[in-house]
Amino acid sequence: MSQVSLVRQILDHANRANPYPLYAELLKTPVVHDGEYGPYVISSYWDIESLLHDPRISSDSANLAAAGPDAMPQAEDDTGLPPSFIRLDPAEHDRLRRITNSAFGPPNKPHRVYDMQPEMHRIVNELIDGFGDARQIDLVDQFAYPFPVTVICRMLGVPREDEPHFRDLVDPIVAGLDPATRLAGGAEFQKKWQEARTQLGMYLAGLVEERKKHPRDDMLSDLANSHGPDGSMSTMEVLATSVLLLIAGHETTVNLITNGMLTLLRHPEIFQRLREDPELSIKIVEELLRYEPPVQIVPQRTNITDIEVRGVTIPKGSMLWLVIAAGNRDPERFADPDRFDPDRQDIEHLGFGSGIHSCFGAPLARLETQIALSELARRLENPRLVDDPPPYRENAVLRGPRHLNIAIDGVR
Amino acid sequence: MAADYVDWLRREGRIAIVGASLAGLRAAETLRAEGFAGSLTMIGDEPYEPYDRPPLSKAVLLGKASPDHTDLPQRRDIDAKWRLGVAATGLDITAKRVRLSDGDEVEYDRLLIATGVRARPWPNEAEAGLDGVFVLRTRDDAVGLCRRLGAGARRVFVVGAGFAGSEVASACREHGMEVTVAERAGGPLVGALGGVIGAVAMDLQLENGVDLRTHVTVTALEGDSGGKVRAVHLSDESVVETDVVVVSLGSIRNTDWLAGSGLGAGPRGIATDAGCRAFDFRGIVTDDVFAAGDVARSPHPLFGYQFLSLEHWGNAVAQGETAAHNMICPATDRRPHMWMPAFWSSQFGVNIKSVGVPPMADEIMITQGSLTERRFAGVYGYKGRIVAAVTFNNAKWLEYYQRQIEQGAPFPVGYPTMDRRPEGRQPMPADFPDPSLPTHGPTVTLSGYSPADRRMVFTPAHH
Repeated sequence: MSQVSLVRQILDHANRANPYPLYAELLKTPVVHDGEYGPYVISSYWDIESLLHDPRISSDSANLAAAGPDAMPQAEDDTGLPPSFIRLDPAEHDRLRRITNSAFGPPNKPHRVYDMQPEMHRIVNELIDGFGDARQIDLVDQFAYPFPVTVICRMLGVPREDEPHFRDLVDPIVAGLDPATRLAGGAEFQKKWQEARTQLGMYLAGLVEERKKHPRDDMLSDLANSHGPDGSMSTMEVLATSVLLLIAGHETTVNLITNGMLTLLRHPEIFQRLREDPELSIKIVEELLRYEPPVQIVPQRTNITDIEVRGVTIPKGSMLWLVIAAGNRDPERFADPDRFDPDRQDIEHLGFGSGIHSCFGAPLARLETQIALSELARRLENPRLVDDPPPYRENAVLRGPRHLNIAIDGVR
Repeated sequence: MAADYVDWLRREGRIAIVGASLAGLRAAETLRAEGFAGSLTMIGDEPYEPYDRPPLSKAVLLGKASPDHTDLPQRRDIDAKWRLGVAATGLDITAKRVRLSDGDEVEYDRLLIATGVRARPWPNEAEAGLDGVFVLRTRDDAVGLCRRLGAGARRVFVVGAGFAGSEVASACREHGMEVTVAERAGGPLVGALGGVIGAVAMDLQLENGVDLRTHVTVTALEGDSGGKVRAVHLSDESVVETDVVVVSLGSIRNTDWLAGSGLGAGPRGIATDAGCRAFDFRGIVTDDVFAAGDVARSPHPLFGYQFLSLEHWGNAVAQGETAAHNMICPATDRRPHMWMPAFWSSQFGVNIKSVGVPPMADEIMITQGSLTERRFAGVYGYKGRIVAAVTFNNAKWLEYYQRQIEQGAPFPVGYPTMDRRPEGRQPMPADFPDPSLPTHGPTVTLSGYSPADRRMVFTPAHH
C-alpha cells in the first residue's frame, strides 16, 4: 500500500476545513521533497522567512517554467500580456512595483487608502442593511465577496456594474493558482485559463484607453499616465498590472474577512470584546493573518543556484513551496501557536509574505477587514454558525469557505 | 540567599535609571513588564520626557514634523519618579548613590546608566559661541536650527559629512538653500561605509547641488562685529561666506560625570560584559551597575569579541531591554546582549541601511543592483567572511545578508543572485580611511581584542 504523501493530503479537498494537523506533521520535517519531480516543501517559520529574503530565489515565470511539470503554466506569454510584477525578479519587478506604488501609497499618494475609510464604512453598512430582516445570511455571497470587489473597483476606476462580467474571467484565473487544479485540468484547463486572462486584459484595455484621454482620480488613470523617475509603463504593462491588482485586490480579502468571522464566532468571548471595542479589530486582523492566513502556500518560487536549507541541498531549478500557514504556527517561532490570541505581543506573521514581494495591497486589506469585522460585530444580533465547519472552496493556496451561513436575530 | 535578594529587589528594591531617552525608557518599560514593583527613578538632564532623535535631522528639518512632536510612544505606564532637567554629576558605587546637579542624591539598589552621547562641539569655544553656529543632537538644538533656517538663511555650511551632516545638507537642499559641506576624508560617509560607497554618496550630493569640499578641514569660523557667524575658513585657504554653520563632527560619550567613580568608563564609553553589567576600572564586573545604549560598549562574539559601541537606535532598544531583564532576574536567567549592529539613514531621497560592522572590512562586493543607479546591495568582507552589508534603496534584501553575517558566510560571494550586474562580479577594496587618522567617526567603534587572543593586537588597524 502506498502512503499518500503529506503534500497530496494537504492539496486534497477533504482536508481543506482543517489542514493544520497536516501542517504540524509537515513541520516535523522542515524540508520535504515530494516525489522525484515534485516540489521541495518548506514549512518552518525561519526557513520561509529566510527564503523570502534570499536573492537566489526567483519568482520569474520563465525560471519557473523550467522548474518542472507542475510549475505555473508558461502560458502568460501566449496571452499577449507580459507577466505582472508578482512574477518578475529585480530589476524589472522593482521598476513596475515602484511605478504602481506611486499611484497607491506614500510618498506620492499617502492618502489613497486612508481616505477610502468613510466610503468603506458606507459600503459595509449598505451591505448589512441589505440583509433586511433575514434570519440567516451567507456571509460570503452577501458580504465578504461584494465588499472588497466594490472597494477595488472604486479604487482602480472599474465600473462596479461590470462585476458579473469580469467575475467569470477571474474565477478560472484564480483556480490556476492552485497546483492541484492545474494538474487535474491539463491542456484544456490551461486554454481556458489563457483565454480568461486575455479577455480580462482586453476588457481593462478599453478602460485604460478611456482614462488616457480623460484621466480621473483613480489608479487606472494614474497607471496609464505615470511619468515618474522610473519613466512610464507600456500599455501592456499597465494591463498586466491592472489584472493583478483587480484579482489580488479582492480574492484574498474575501477569505480574510470570512475566515475572520468564522474564527470570531468560534471565539465568542473575543467577538464580544470586539463589539465593545472596535479598535480591537486591529489586533484581531493581525492575529488572523497568522492564525488563518488567506494565502496558505507560496508555490511560485525556484532557486537559481543550489541552496542549502537545514542541511538539505536543494538543486538549482527546483520548485519551492513555502507553506506560510505552517510557518505561522511553527512552535519554534510562536508560543502556543494553535491558540487564537489577539493579545499576542509577538505577532510577526508571514500572512502577507515578506521581502520584495510582500503583499502590495496589505494596507488596503488590513483596513477593509478591520472595518468589516468591527461593523459586523456591532450590527449583527446574536450571530451563530449554521455549519461548522462550513463548505470550503476548492483552492488549497487561496483557502477559505465557499459559503458561511450565519443565523442572526436581526441587524441593529 | 541570592534568590532571596532578587525576590526582595523585584518587590521593593530601588532602581535608578540615569538617562531619560530611548534606552532608558525601554529599560523602564521592560522592568515593569517583567514585574518589577519597587521604586523607579528616571533622571534626565533635558527637561523633556523621552523623545525620538532620528526625526530631528530628517522630518523635523524638512518641516514635516514639529520638534515638539517626536515624543517616544510609551508602551506602558512605568510609574516612575521623574527627575527631568537635572543632570547626574557623580556616582558613589560604594554607598550606591547618584549625585545630581541640584545637590540632591538618589539612592539605588540597582543602577542603569544610559546617558548616551552628546554632539561634539566646535573645538574653539569663542567660535562655537558665535550666533548662527549649531550642533544637532537634542530637541533644543533642532528648535534653534529650524528657527534660524526658517528665518531666511540663504547659505548653510555643514562641517563634517557623516550621516548627520549629510542629512542636514539634504534637508537644506530640499528647502532650496545653498549648502556647502566640508569633509576631511575623501567623501561623505566614508568613515562608516568606506570609499566605494562614499563615492556614491558624493555623486548624490553633487547631483543635488551640494557644494561638497573633500580632503579639507575647517580652520576657523569667522564672526561679524555683532558676534554673528559670517564666513568659514578652510585648510585649502578658501573662504566661504555663510549664514549658518552646522557642526557635525560626531559625538562624545557622556561619561565625564563618572570620573572618580571607579567604573571602567572613559571616552569610549562604559565597558560592560555581554549581560550589560558594567566593569569597574580593574576589569572586574559589578553586579548592581548596568549600562545600555550609546554610552555602553560590550563584547560581541560575531566580531571577534571586540568591544562595540553602537550609536544605533535599535541597539538602544535591545540593550535597554536586555539590561532591564538582567537587572531583576536570578543570575542563571540572565541573557546576553548580542544585537546585530544595524542603522539607517535617509538623505537626498535615498534610503540607506546597513547591518554588521562595515569598518571592520577591507573589501566590498556589490551583490545586487548597481552603484550607478544608487540602488544596490553590497557586502563587506574581512578575512574570507562577510562582516557587514549595506543597501541603497534595496532594504528588503538586508535581512538575507544579516543571516549571512550571523552564519559567518564566506566572502567573496560566489553564487549568482537576482539582479547582479557586471560591476558586482568582483570584490574590490572597501577603502576605509586609515583608522589611525582622525576622520569623521563611524557610528560603530571597534575597541578591544578577543579574550582568546594571546597577542596584543592594535585594532581596528587592519592595514
